[in-house]
Amino acid sequence: MKVKVISRSTDEFTRERSQDLQRVFRNFDPSLRTQEKAVEYVRALNAAKLDKIFARPFIGAMDGHRDSIKCMAKNPNYLKAIFSGSDDGDIRLWDLASRRTVCRFPGQQGAVQGLTVSTDGSVLVSCGSDCTVRLWNVPDANLADLDSLSDNSAKPLAVYVWKNAFRAVDHQWDGELFATAGAQVDIWNHNRSQPVNTFDWGTDTTISVRFNPGEPNVLATSANDRSITLYDLRMSSPARKVIMRTKTNSIAWNPMEPMNFTAANEDCNCYSYDARKLDEAKCVHKDHVSAVMDIDFSPTGREFVTGSYDRTVRIFQYIGGHSQEVYHTKRMQRVFCVKYSCDGSYVISGSDDTNLRLWKAKASEQLGVVLPREKKKQEYLEAVKNRYKHLPEVKRIVRHRHLPKPIYKAANLRRTMIEAERRKEQRRKAHSAPGSIVTESIRKRRIIKEVE
Amino acid sequence: MTMGATQENGDDEMDQKVKKYLRGEAANLEGLKDKKLKGQLAVREELYGKSAKAAAKIEKWLLPSEGGYLEAEGIEKTWRIKQESIAREVDILSSRSQYDIVLPELGPYTLDFTSNGRYMAAAGRKGHLAIIDMKTLNLIKEIQVRETVRDVVYLHNELFFAAAQKKYPYIYNRDGTELHCLKEHGAVLRLQFLKNHFLLASINKFGQLHYQDVTMGEMVGNFRTGLGCTDVMQVNPFNGVVALGHSSGTVTMWKPTSAAPLVKMLCHPGPLSSLAFHPNGHLMATSGKEKKIKIWDLRKFEVIQTLPGNAKTLNFSQKGLLAAGTGSFIQILADFSGSQNYSRYMTHSMAKGYQVGKVLFRPYEDVLGIGHSMGWSSILIPGSGEPNFDSWVANPFETSKQRREKEVHSLLDKLPPETIMLDPTKVGTVRAARKKEKPTKEEREAEMEAAVEAARDTDFKKKTKGRNKPSKRAKKRKEIIDRAKRPFLEQRIEEQEMSRKKQKTNVETEMPKSLQRFVRQKAT
Repeated sequence: MKVKVISRSTDEFTRERSQDLQRVFRNFDPSLRTQEKAVEYVRALNAAKLDKIFARPFIGAMDGHRDSIKCMAKNPNYLKAIFSGSDDGDIRLWDLASRRTVCRFPGQQGAVQGLTVSTDGSVLVSCGSDCTVRLWNVPDANLADLDSLSDNSAKPLAVYVWKNAFRAVDHQWDGELFATAGAQVDIWNHNRSQPVNTFDWGTDTTISVRFNPGEPNVLATSANDRSITLYDLRMSSPARKVIMRTKTNSIAWNPMEPMNFTAANEDCNCYSYDARKLDEAKCVHKDHVSAVMDIDFSPTGREFVTGSYDRTVRIFQYIGGHSQEVYHTKRMQRVFCVKYSCDGSYVISGSDDTNLRLWKAKASEQLGVVLPREKKKQEYLEAVKNRYKHLPEVKRIVRHRHLPKPIYKAANLRRTMIEAERRKEQRRKAHSAPGSIVTESIRKRRIIKEVE
Repeated sequence: MTMGATQENGDDEMDQKVKKYLRGEAANLEGLKDKKLKGQLAVREELYGKSAKAAAKIEKWLLPSEGGYLEAEGIEKTWRIKQESIAREVDILSSRSQYDIVLPELGPYTLDFTSNGRYMAAAGRKGHLAIIDMKTLNLIKEIQVRETVRDVVYLHNELFFAAAQKKYPYIYNRDGTELHCLKEHGAVLRLQFLKNHFLLASINKFGQLHYQDVTMGEMVGNFRTGLGCTDVMQVNPFNGVVALGHSSGTVTMWKPTSAAPLVKMLCHPGPLSSLAFHPNGHLMATSGKEKKIKIWDLRKFEVIQTLPGNAKTLNFSQKGLLAAGTGSFIQILADFSGSQNYSRYMTHSMAKGYQVGKVLFRPYEDVLGIGHSMGWSSILIPGSGEPNFDSWVANPFETSKQRREKEVHSLLDKLPPETIMLDPTKVGTVRAARKKEKPTKEEREAEMEAAVEAARDTDFKKKTKGRNKPSKRAKKRKEIIDRAKRPFLEQRIEEQEMSRKKQKTNVETEMPKSLQRFVRQKAT
């Protein structure tokens, strides 16, 4: 007969010396583990609770400006820096790690309306309501250490004066040109004191401009006549325009899918569009209760942050209809500009109360160096929480966010109004001939027309 | 050609393994209209497929040990092979597991193993409790409690065990210190421990079933089974359901959150003598006093196989071998083809006069522990244990640090008693939408009970300044309960009226002509 019995020798299954690691053996057979789903559910519940315990997104405020902050710019070559410009012409370069001003750029008379940095990070372009565009030399990050005085001032490289006040400026992602928005859209070169090209389509002022990250010659602008216009620099005439019901305050292109952009609108929603097909929005992002003032995408292209007139900053998923996170403080007043940091971990908001605030992009994230085992465990908890986040007990915890009372009430009011409108529409439909009343989808409803 | 054939066999094998790790069918995404959701689900399904394939490959190539086997050659039959002949063929370490401990004065012995198979607790009817380390065959502690001990069971690790003594069950430490006396349980006949939920279940002389949470000491449920005294009790490891076998031949299955049993099935024409569950949760073996062993499929609640044999005790091993013990004879049944057709695999006869009390397979080893009237024995059954253990499920080579970590992690993962259900894969699934049938009377009653319970459990604000009088509180509570009951009572009244009206119309037609004028006319 042939016989074999399980016999394990202790040496193979235990460690030799006490400095060795303990041996771990795995058998993934599901029959060894009973009630896996219930155990996962309990872990998801605990993960949701722990998430809420560790959710402390606010890192610090940067104080220094004397008037409300209207615009910010990121340096694409240096993670730690951010530029901000305020309504009294004060432009500062901040170091995010120490939250102090590194350098000031005095000289702009009147409000600074737009800031942008060139592709190599060496030139800062600012424009304002004093009809000037100023170019500044950005001090080298490696030389200007943390110990340098915060009152370092720089002299402008060049000052170009033009006919009308400017509302926004943006630099090409891979080139030498930058565009300003004002009464018309002007394209400038660093070395010329006059715009190289001008686009003028429509009668009203253009209030924001953004270059496409993938296609360096395409830019999107939004104007006061409630339109969003796409221009191509290689053609001498503008490419496409879509007119909505309300004005768009700001536009951001998705850096990972450069044909899509999201527009921050006055009607409290953000609309994501595919630039090739402007007759229908790809997604409508609702949750703010007042006009959305600024929008910026994360470098992963998966999330974007919005700042709104209702004193909150919200973070959305790029295809999410509702916000994932909402940040608010008693001291933060109307948020006029937001930026996502270039490594995707922080969000900076500039608001009416003259402060720049630094927040974590993921509220319960552990900052600093995370060991691989910790990271794995956190990823596991995140995954198991997402698997069960639709179950009522877990959902109740994951969804819960404290909102300030005025915003909570405003949101309820909006909800009641929209619900009432919807009910009336349904009743009208029910009591009229089938097919006579057609409801437009929400993605099309806010668009009036598309123009070539 | 042969290469192709072997490759095909290999593929089939891998497919089978992948199926095991997939844990069910892939979702059907055809009918989905939401494109976004469809895309997300398709990505998920692909990931599941990949992980199942990786797990199947690991199983094929990376597992350290192989299972045991016993093959007869020529005209030999496996059930005629004696333990002595096995001992001659097997290595010294394994032959140490065959022994007989004779302790005739202290009564029939019952055993329990910890979940990693390392420690054994033995209890003699006359009060002898012993803890033995099975790896070194060391006696860790033995105590004499000077009372009848009917059952012993380990709690979550080797540090705690519970003994069902004459009047109440007690919980002891590894050092033999008595930690708790569980008075609420009464005179317990059998104890079982639900590992994932940390619940100690017991059935006592009056047929009462108690569930106690051993972490906080809370009594989670106690129910009168109403079916008399029984000492046949097993917990189904797959779903945490406790099954009791009664003297009327019925098997009832219980969960701690309901007073009525989940299932009541008539298994045998006479009283049940023992019950056992297969670790995958789909098979149950029962034996009755009419000398038949039946194997049930628990998904359909049907008999798969009936075997002749008397079995005072039954136990399934990790690999699905069934041990049946009666008198001084033990037979091991195995299904070789995987088609759940059990046939004789091995037998063992002990000395005459030894009455088998309990058979229990040792986890992760090819060993069967037998508790009998003269002590306990251990024999080798090749192919019964799982050869590859997972360190994070049960580790036979656990150090004390690992044991402490495991205890903390399992406490964090402790399942609430509501998760015990017949089909544990239903957690997180969507409940099927109810068709527009009216709920039956029982369901309505159940709903009303549920509403009343919920209302009774609400606590209200504590009022101060003398407004918190007990009479007012009682009045308020009564008001809340009445308010919860109100919609059901209104429904009931409505229905009574409807039925009365229907009756009346019937009555009208039945009245003889002369009395027609006295029938109440309906207002036209």
